[in-house]
Amino acid sequence: MSCSRRDFLKQACGGTLASVLPISAFTFLTSEEARAAVENANVRWAFLVDTKKCVGCGLCVKACKTENEIPYDAPVTRTWVERYVITKDGKAHIDSPMGGRDGFIENVINGEEIDPDTIDKAFFVPKLCNQCDNPPCVQVCPVGATYQTGDGVVLVDREWCIGCGYCIMACPYGVRFFHPVHKVADKCNFCYHRITKGMNPACVDSCAFDARRIANLRDPEDPVTRIITTERVAVLKDEYGTKPHVFYIGLDENVR
Amino acid sequence: MKWHVLRPLWLAIGLVVVILIARQFMVPDDFGVHGDSFTYNFHRLSNVQEWKDFPVKHLGRESCVECHEEKVAMLNASPHAPIECENCHGPAAGHPDDVEFLPIDREREHCLRCHQSLDYPHSARSELPNIRNSTHKRRRECVKCHVPHDPREKPAREKRE
Repeated sequence: MSCSRRDFLKQACGGTLASVLPISAFTFLTSEEARAAVENANVRWAFLVDTKKCVGCGLCVKACKTENEIPYDAPVTRTWVERYVITKDGKAHIDSPMGGRDGFIENVINGEEIDPDTIDKAFFVPKLCNQCDNPPCVQVCPVGATYQTGDGVVLVDREWCIGCGYCIMACPYGVRFFHPVHKVADKCNFCYHRITKGMNPACVDSCAFDARRIANLRDPEDPVTRIITTERVAVLKDEYGTKPHVFYIGLDENVR
Repeated sequence: MKWHVLRPLWLAIGLVVVILIARQFMVPDDFGVHGDSFTYNFHRLSNVQEWKDFPVKHLGRESCVECHEEKVAMLNASPHAPIECENCHGPAAGHPDDVEFLPIDREREHCLRCHQSLDYPHSARSELPNIRNSTHKRRRECVKCHVPHDPREKPAREKRE
Protein backbone atom coordinates (compact mmCIF):
# COMPACT_ATOMS: atom_id res chain seq x y z
CA MET A 1 0.00 0.00 0.00
CA SER A 2 1.42 3.36 -0.98
CA CYS A 3 0.51 6.65 0.62
CA SER A 4 1.82 10.01 -0.37
CA ARG A 5 2.71 12.56 2.25
CA ARG A 6 -0.13 14.79 1.01
CA ASP A 7 -2.72 12.01 1.39
CA PHE A 8 -1.39 11.09 4.80
CA LEU A 9 -1.68 14.67 6.11
CA LYS A 10 -5.14 15.07 4.58
CA GLN A 11 -6.47 11.92 6.16
CA ALA A 12 -4.83 12.60 9.51
CA CYS A 13 -6.39 16.08 9.69
CA GLY A 14 -9.80 14.78 8.63
CA GLY A 15 -9.67 11.98 11.15
CA THR A 16 -8.68 14.32 13.98
CA LEU A 17 -11.51 16.72 13.11
CA ALA A 18 -14.07 13.94 12.96
CA SER A 19 -13.03 12.54 16.32
CA VAL A 20 -13.00 15.95 17.98
CA LEU A 21 -16.43 17.09 16.74
CA PRO A 22 -19.05 16.12 19.35
CA ILE A 23 -22.17 14.33 18.21
CA SER A 24 -24.22 17.21 19.61
CA ALA A 25 -22.80 19.48 16.92
CA PHE A 26 -24.92 17.61 14.44
CA THR A 27 -28.26 17.97 16.24
CA PHE A 28 -30.49 20.40 14.46
CA LEU A 29 -33.00 22.43 16.43
CA THR A 30 -36.47 22.70 15.05
CA SER A 31 -37.56 26.29 14.59
CA GLU A 32 -39.77 25.90 17.66
CA GLU A 33 -36.88 24.75 19.85
CA ALA A 34 -34.66 27.53 18.58
CA ARG A 35 -37.30 30.13 19.36
CA ALA A 36 -37.84 28.67 22.82
CA ALA A 37 -34.11 28.85 23.54
CA VAL A 38 -33.95 32.50 22.52
CA GLU A 39 -37.07 33.41 24.47
CA ASN A 40 -35.78 31.77 27.63
CA ALA A 41 -32.58 33.78 27.44
CA ASN A 42 -34.67 36.91 27.95
CA VAL A 43 -36.24 35.69 31.16
CA ARG A 44 -34.75 34.83 34.55
CA TRP A 45 -37.40 34.68 37.22
CA ALA A 46 -36.64 35.96 40.70
CA PHE A 47 -38.70 36.85 43.73
CA LEU A 48 -38.67 39.74 46.18
CA VAL A 49 -40.00 39.42 49.71
CA ASP A 50 -40.41 42.52 51.87
CA THR A 51 -40.51 41.24 55.43
CA LYS A 52 -41.27 44.74 56.69
CA LYS A 53 -44.60 44.71 54.88
CA CYS A 54 -45.77 41.22 55.81
CA VAL A 55 -48.49 41.17 58.49
CA GLY A 56 -48.74 37.38 58.71
CA CYS A 57 -52.26 37.01 57.34
CA GLY A 58 -51.31 33.73 55.65
CA LEU A 59 -53.54 34.35 52.65
CA CYS A 60 -50.59 33.59 50.37
CA VAL A 61 -50.34 30.09 51.83
CA LYS A 62 -54.07 29.55 51.43
CA ALA A 63 -54.03 30.77 47.82
CA CYS A 64 -50.97 28.65 46.99
CA LYS A 65 -52.52 25.50 48.39
CA THR A 66 -55.73 25.87 46.39
CA GLU A 67 -54.03 27.07 43.22
CA ASN A 68 -51.50 24.25 43.16
CA GLU A 69 -53.78 21.48 44.45
CA ILE A 70 -51.78 20.79 47.60
CA PRO A 71 -54.03 18.87 50.04
CA TYR A 72 -55.38 21.62 52.29
CA ASP A 73 -55.21 19.87 55.63
CA ALA A 74 -52.02 17.89 55.05
CA PRO A 75 -48.99 19.29 56.88
CA VAL A 76 -47.18 20.11 53.64
CA THR A 77 -47.05 23.37 51.73
CA ARG A 78 -45.12 24.98 48.90
CA THR A 79 -44.84 28.30 50.69
CA TRP A 80 -45.15 29.20 54.34
CA VAL A 81 -44.93 32.14 56.69
CA GLU A 82 -42.70 32.07 59.76
CA ARG A 83 -43.29 34.26 62.80
CA TYR A 84 -40.30 35.56 64.76
CA VAL A 85 -40.77 37.16 68.14
CA ILE A 86 -37.56 38.35 69.79
CA THR A 87 -37.99 39.01 73.49
CA LYS A 88 -35.92 41.35 75.65
CA ASP A 89 -33.95 38.40 77.10
CA GLY A 90 -32.55 37.79 73.59
CA LYS A 91 -34.58 34.65 72.98
CA ALA A 92 -36.10 34.09 69.55
CA HIS A 93 -39.56 32.52 69.56
CA ILE A 94 -40.29 31.04 66.16
CA ASP A 95 -43.37 29.24 64.85
CA SER A 96 -45.32 28.53 61.70
CA PRO A 97 -48.46 26.53 62.61
CA MET A 98 -49.73 24.73 59.47
CA GLY A 99 -47.27 26.91 57.54
CA GLY A 100 -49.19 29.98 58.61
CA ARG A 101 -52.16 28.88 56.49
CA ASP A 102 -54.69 30.26 58.98
CA GLY A 103 -52.70 33.35 59.86
CA PHE A 104 -51.47 34.25 63.32
CA ILE A 105 -54.34 35.35 65.52
CA GLU A 106 -52.98 34.58 68.97
CA ASN A 107 -49.98 35.77 70.88
CA VAL A 108 -49.05 32.20 71.75
CA ILE A 109 -45.94 30.59 70.31
CA ASN A 110 -45.38 26.84 70.75
CA GLY A 111 -47.79 26.80 73.67
CA GLU A 112 -46.09 29.68 75.41
CA GLU A 113 -47.98 32.96 75.85
CA ILE A 114 -45.71 35.91 75.24
CA ASP A 115 -46.21 39.05 77.27
CA PRO A 116 -46.27 41.98 74.80
CA ASP A 117 -44.21 44.09 77.20
CA THR A 118 -41.27 41.70 76.93
CA ILE A 119 -41.12 41.84 73.12
CA ASP A 120 -38.23 43.67 71.48
CA LYS A 121 -39.29 43.05 67.92
CA ALA A 122 -41.59 40.78 65.99
CA PHE A 123 -41.92 40.10 62.30
CA PHE A 124 -43.11 37.62 59.72
CA VAL A 125 -40.98 35.98 57.03
CA PRO A 126 -42.64 34.29 54.03
CA LYS A 127 -40.58 31.47 52.54
CA LEU A 128 -40.75 29.63 49.26
CA CYS A 129 -38.48 27.85 46.78
CA ASN A 130 -35.38 29.92 46.00
CA GLN A 131 -35.10 28.66 42.40
CA CYS A 132 -31.31 28.47 42.91
CA ASP A 133 -28.84 28.95 40.10
CA ASN A 134 -26.94 25.96 41.52
CA PRO A 135 -29.81 23.84 42.79
CA PRO A 136 -28.51 21.05 45.05
CA CYS A 137 -31.85 19.24 44.71
CA VAL A 138 -31.27 18.84 40.96
CA GLN A 139 -27.70 17.62 41.42
CA VAL A 140 -28.80 14.69 43.56
CA CYS A 141 -31.74 13.49 41.45
CA PRO A 142 -30.74 10.03 40.18
CA VAL A 143 -33.29 9.90 37.35
CA GLY A 144 -33.41 13.39 35.84
CA ALA A 145 -36.88 14.04 37.21
CA THR A 146 -36.07 17.49 38.52
CA TYR A 147 -34.34 20.09 36.41
CA GLN A 148 -33.80 23.75 35.75
CA THR A 149 -35.66 25.41 32.90
CA GLY A 150 -34.08 28.10 30.72
CA ASP A 151 -35.83 30.81 32.71
CA GLY A 152 -34.32 29.65 35.99
CA VAL A 153 -37.27 27.81 37.54
CA VAL A 154 -36.64 24.34 38.95
CA LEU A 155 -39.44 21.92 38.05
CA VAL A 156 -40.29 18.36 39.08
CA ASP A 157 -41.40 15.85 36.46
CA ARG A 158 -44.21 14.02 38.23
CA GLU A 159 -44.16 11.17 35.72
CA TRP A 160 -40.44 10.63 36.01
CA CYS A 161 -39.96 11.08 39.78
CA ILE A 162 -39.46 7.80 41.63
CA GLY A 163 -40.05 9.37 45.05
CA CYS A 164 -36.64 8.47 46.49
CA GLY A 165 -36.55 11.70 48.50
CA TYR A 166 -32.89 12.59 47.88
CA CYS A 167 -33.87 16.08 46.74
CA ILE A 168 -35.99 16.63 49.85
CA MET A 169 -32.91 15.90 51.96
CA ALA A 170 -30.59 17.94 49.74
CA CYS A 171 -32.50 21.23 49.81
CA PRO A 172 -30.87 23.45 52.45
CA TYR A 173 -34.04 25.54 52.65
CA GLY A 174 -36.40 22.66 53.33
CA VAL A 175 -38.81 23.75 50.61
CA ARG A 176 -39.33 20.29 49.15
CA PHE A 177 -41.80 17.76 50.45
CA PHE A 178 -43.38 14.49 49.48
CA HIS A 179 -46.72 15.06 47.76
CA PRO A 180 -49.23 12.87 49.60
CA VAL A 181 -51.44 12.32 46.54
CA HIS A 182 -49.05 12.07 43.61
CA LYS A 183 -46.40 10.31 45.72
CA VAL A 184 -43.59 12.36 44.23
CA ALA A 185 -41.37 15.22 45.39
CA ASP A 186 -43.10 18.58 45.16
CA LYS A 187 -42.06 22.18 45.56
CA CYS A 188 -42.89 25.78 44.68
CA ASN A 189 -42.30 26.60 41.03
CA PHE A 190 -43.27 30.29 41.17
CA CYS A 191 -46.66 29.12 39.76
CA TYR A 192 -44.99 28.26 36.46
CA HIS A 193 -48.39 27.86 34.78
CA ARG A 194 -49.23 31.46 35.70
CA ILE A 195 -45.95 33.32 35.13
CA THR A 196 -45.58 31.81 31.66
CA LYS A 197 -49.01 33.24 30.81
CA GLY A 198 -48.09 36.74 32.00
CA MET A 199 -49.91 36.38 35.31
CA ASN A 200 -48.48 36.73 38.80
CA PRO A 201 -47.97 33.72 41.07
CA ALA A 202 -51.04 33.07 43.23
CA CYS A 203 -49.24 34.15 46.41
CA VAL A 204 -48.22 37.46 44.83
CA ASP A 205 -51.78 38.21 43.71
CA SER A 206 -53.24 37.27 47.07
CA CYS A 207 -50.84 39.48 49.04
CA ALA A 208 -52.62 42.73 49.88
CA PHE A 209 -49.48 44.36 51.23
CA ASP A 210 -47.04 43.99 48.31
CA ALA A 211 -44.83 41.90 50.55
CA ARG A 212 -44.34 39.34 47.77
CA ARG A 213 -43.36 40.28 44.25
CA ILE A 214 -42.05 38.48 41.18
CA ALA A 215 -39.32 39.86 38.92
CA ASN A 216 -37.68 39.12 35.61
CA LEU A 217 -34.00 39.83 36.22
CA ARG A 218 -33.24 40.06 32.48
CA ASP A 219 -35.63 43.00 32.08
CA PRO A 220 -33.90 46.16 33.34
CA GLU A 221 -37.19 48.06 33.11
CA ASP A 222 -38.91 45.71 35.57
CA PRO A 223 -39.59 47.80 38.72
CA VAL A 224 -38.96 44.82 41.01
CA THR A 225 -35.67 44.04 39.23
CA ARG A 226 -34.73 47.68 39.87
CA ILE A 227 -35.26 47.17 43.59
CA ILE A 228 -33.24 43.94 43.62
CA THR A 229 -30.33 45.50 41.74
CA THR A 230 -30.26 48.92 43.41
CA GLU A 231 -31.47 48.42 46.96
CA ARG A 232 -30.06 46.46 49.89
CA VAL A 233 -31.42 42.95 49.64
CA ALA A 234 -30.26 39.69 51.14
CA VAL A 235 -30.68 35.99 50.39
CA LEU A 236 -31.02 33.01 52.69
CA LYS A 237 -27.99 30.78 53.38
CA ASP A 238 -25.71 32.51 50.92
CA GLU A 239 -22.78 30.49 52.30
CA TYR A 240 -24.10 27.30 50.68
CA GLY A 241 -23.21 28.65 47.24
CA THR A 242 -26.61 27.74 45.83
CA LYS A 243 -27.16 31.26 44.43
CA PRO A 244 -30.77 31.57 45.59
CA HIS A 245 -33.08 33.87 43.64
CA VAL A 246 -35.54 34.85 46.35
CA PHE A 247 -34.38 38.19 47.68
CA TYR A 248 -35.40 39.62 51.04
CA ILE A 249 -35.74 43.17 52.31
CA GLY A 250 -35.33 43.55 56.06
CA LEU A 251 -33.86 40.14 56.80
CA ASP A 252 -32.91 39.61 60.45
CA GLU A 253 -29.97 37.59 61.81
CA ASN A 254 -32.45 35.27 63.51
CA VAL A 255 -33.82 34.14 60.14
CA ARG A 256 -32.04 31.10 58.77
CA MET B 1 -14.67 -25.77 22.45
CA LYS B 2 -16.60 -25.82 25.64
CA TRP B 3 -15.48 -23.29 28.19
CA HIS B 4 -17.36 -22.79 31.44
CA VAL B 5 -16.95 -19.00 31.32
CA LEU B 6 -18.80 -18.69 28.02
CA ARG B 7 -22.29 -19.64 29.21
CA PRO B 8 -22.63 -16.91 31.89
CA LEU B 9 -20.89 -14.47 29.56
CA TRP B 10 -23.52 -15.02 26.87
CA LEU B 11 -26.18 -14.62 29.51
CA ALA B 12 -24.67 -11.31 30.64
CA ILE B 13 -24.37 -10.05 27.08
CA GLY B 14 -27.95 -11.13 26.39
CA LEU B 15 -29.14 -9.26 29.44
CA VAL B 16 -27.35 -6.09 28.34
CA VAL B 17 -28.92 -6.39 24.89
CA VAL B 18 -32.39 -6.86 26.37
CA ILE B 19 -31.93 -3.83 28.63
CA LEU B 20 -30.69 -1.71 25.71
CA ILE B 21 -33.67 -2.74 23.59
CA ALA B 22 -36.09 -2.07 26.44
CA ARG B 23 -34.46 1.31 26.99
CA GLN B 24 -35.18 2.26 23.38
CA PHE B 25 -38.88 1.81 24.03
CA MET B 26 -39.10 3.13 27.57
CA VAL B 27 -37.05 6.34 27.44
CA PRO B 28 -39.05 9.12 25.77
CA ASP B 29 -37.59 10.68 22.63
CA ASP B 30 -37.40 14.12 24.22
CA PHE B 31 -35.42 12.93 27.22
CA GLY B 32 -31.95 14.42 27.30
CA VAL B 33 -29.91 17.50 28.02
CA HIS B 34 -31.97 20.54 27.07
CA GLY B 35 -29.72 23.45 27.91
CA ASP B 36 -26.03 23.89 28.53
CA SER B 37 -25.62 21.93 31.74
CA PHE B 38 -25.73 18.17 31.99
CA THR B 39 -26.14 18.52 35.76
CA TYR B 40 -29.13 20.84 35.74
CA ASN B 41 -30.83 20.47 32.35
CA PHE B 42 -31.12 16.68 32.04
CA HIS B 43 -34.85 16.06 31.73
CA ARG B 44 -37.92 15.21 29.66
CA LEU B 45 -38.59 18.30 27.54
CA SER B 46 -42.35 17.88 27.26
CA ASN B 47 -42.67 18.15 31.05
CA VAL B 48 -42.10 21.92 30.77
CA GLN B 49 -45.24 22.19 28.64
CA GLU B 50 -47.12 19.93 31.04
CA TRP B 51 -46.42 22.39 33.86
CA LYS B 52 -47.41 25.32 31.66
CA ASP B 53 -50.74 23.59 31.02
CA PHE B 54 -51.50 23.19 34.74
CA PRO B 55 -54.96 24.71 35.27
CA VAL B 56 -55.15 28.27 36.60
CA LYS B 57 -57.67 28.64 39.42
CA HIS B 58 -57.30 32.18 40.72
CA LEU B 59 -58.39 34.40 37.84
CA GLY B 60 -57.99 37.82 39.45
CA ARG B 61 -60.41 40.71 39.66
CA GLU B 62 -60.18 41.40 35.92
CA SER B 63 -62.34 38.32 35.54
CA CYS B 64 -64.70 39.30 38.41
CA VAL B 65 -65.32 42.77 37.00
CA GLU B 66 -66.89 41.33 33.86
CA CYS B 67 -70.10 40.62 35.80
CA HIS B 68 -69.68 42.20 39.23
CA GLU B 69 -68.72 45.65 38.03
CA GLU B 70 -70.47 47.45 40.88
CA LYS B 71 -68.88 45.40 43.65
CA VAL B 72 -65.39 45.70 42.16
CA ALA B 73 -65.80 49.49 41.78
CA MET B 74 -66.91 49.69 45.40
CA LEU B 75 -63.94 47.60 46.53
CA ASN B 76 -61.47 49.56 44.40
CA ALA B 77 -62.52 52.81 46.07
CA SER B 78 -62.18 51.41 49.57
CA PRO B 79 -59.19 50.82 51.88
CA HIS B 80 -59.69 47.12 51.14
CA ALA B 81 -58.77 47.69 47.46
CA PRO B 82 -55.48 45.73 47.60
CA ILE B 83 -57.30 42.59 48.74
CA GLU B 84 -58.09 40.20 45.90
CA CYS B 85 -61.75 39.15 45.56
CA GLU B 86 -60.66 35.50 45.59
CA ASN B 87 -59.03 35.86 49.01
CA CYS B 88 -62.50 35.73 50.57
CA HIS B 89 -64.63 34.29 47.77
CA GLY B 90 -62.34 31.41 46.83
CA PRO B 91 -60.83 30.61 43.42
CA ALA B 92 -63.12 31.62 40.56
CA ALA B 93 -62.17 28.91 38.05
CA GLY B 94 -65.32 27.28 36.71
CA HIS B 95 -67.56 30.06 37.98
CA PRO B 96 -70.33 30.62 37.01
CA ASP B 97 -70.65 27.74 34.51
CA ASP B 98 -69.72 24.78 36.70
CA VAL B 99 -69.72 26.37 40.14
CA GLU B 100 -72.77 28.60 40.46
CA PHE B 101 -71.99 30.01 43.89
CA LEU B 102 -68.51 30.48 45.25
CA PRO B 103 -68.09 29.62 48.93
CA ILE B 104 -67.60 32.93 50.77
CA ASP B 105 -65.35 32.90 53.81
CA ARG B 106 -67.41 34.92 56.30
CA GLU B 107 -65.71 33.51 59.37
CA ARG B 108 -64.47 35.79 62.08
CA GLU B 109 -61.07 34.08 61.91
CA HIS B 110 -60.73 35.19 58.30
CA CYS B 111 -60.91 38.89 59.25
CA LEU B 112 -58.73 38.32 62.28
CA ARG B 113 -55.85 37.25 60.03
CA CYS B 114 -55.12 40.96 59.66
CA HIS B 115 -57.26 42.66 62.29
CA GLN B 116 -56.43 40.76 65.46
CA SER B 117 -54.16 42.88 67.59
CA LEU B 118 -50.89 41.10 68.43
CA ASP B 119 -49.18 44.07 70.15
CA TYR B 120 -46.02 43.62 68.12
CA PRO B 121 -43.89 46.74 68.15
CA HIS B 122 -42.49 47.90 64.79
CA SER B 123 -44.55 45.34 62.88
CA ALA B 124 -46.75 46.31 59.94
CA ARG B 125 -49.45 44.25 61.64
CA SER B 126 -49.77 46.82 64.45
CA GLU B 127 -50.36 49.63 61.96
CA LEU B 128 -53.61 48.06 60.71
CA PRO B 129 -56.91 48.89 62.39
CA ASN B 130 -57.22 46.08 64.89
CA ILE B 131 -59.38 44.62 67.62
CA ARG B 132 -58.98 42.21 70.49
CA ASN B 133 -60.79 39.02 69.61
CA SER B 134 -61.52 38.19 73.24
CA THR B 135 -63.30 41.45 74.04
CA HIS B 136 -64.76 42.79 70.76
CA LYS B 137 -68.31 41.41 70.06
CA ARG B 138 -67.28 37.88 70.81
CA ARG B 139 -68.26 35.12 68.38
CA ARG B 140 -70.22 37.47 66.08
CA GLU B 141 -69.45 37.37 62.40
CA CYS B 142 -67.68 40.61 61.54
CA VAL B 143 -69.70 41.00 58.33
CA LYS B 144 -72.92 41.25 60.34
CA CYS B 145 -71.93 44.83 61.19
CA HIS B 146 -69.03 45.75 58.88
CA VAL B 147 -69.09 45.97 55.10
CA PRO B 148 -66.04 44.11 53.80
CA HIS B 149 -66.26 45.74 50.36
CA ASP B 150 -65.97 49.14 52.01
CA PRO B 151 -65.01 49.02 55.67
CA ARG B 152 -65.36 52.82 55.95
CA GLU B 153 -69.12 52.45 55.91
CA LYS B 154 -70.53 52.97 59.34
CA PRO B 155 -71.00 49.70 61.21
CA ALA B 156 -74.61 48.71 60.78
CA ARG B 157 -76.67 47.47 63.65
CA GLU B 158 -76.48 43.75 63.76
CA LYS B 159 -78.75 42.41 61.07
CA ARG B 160 -81.15 39.70 62.00
CA GLU B 161 -81.44 36.78 59.67
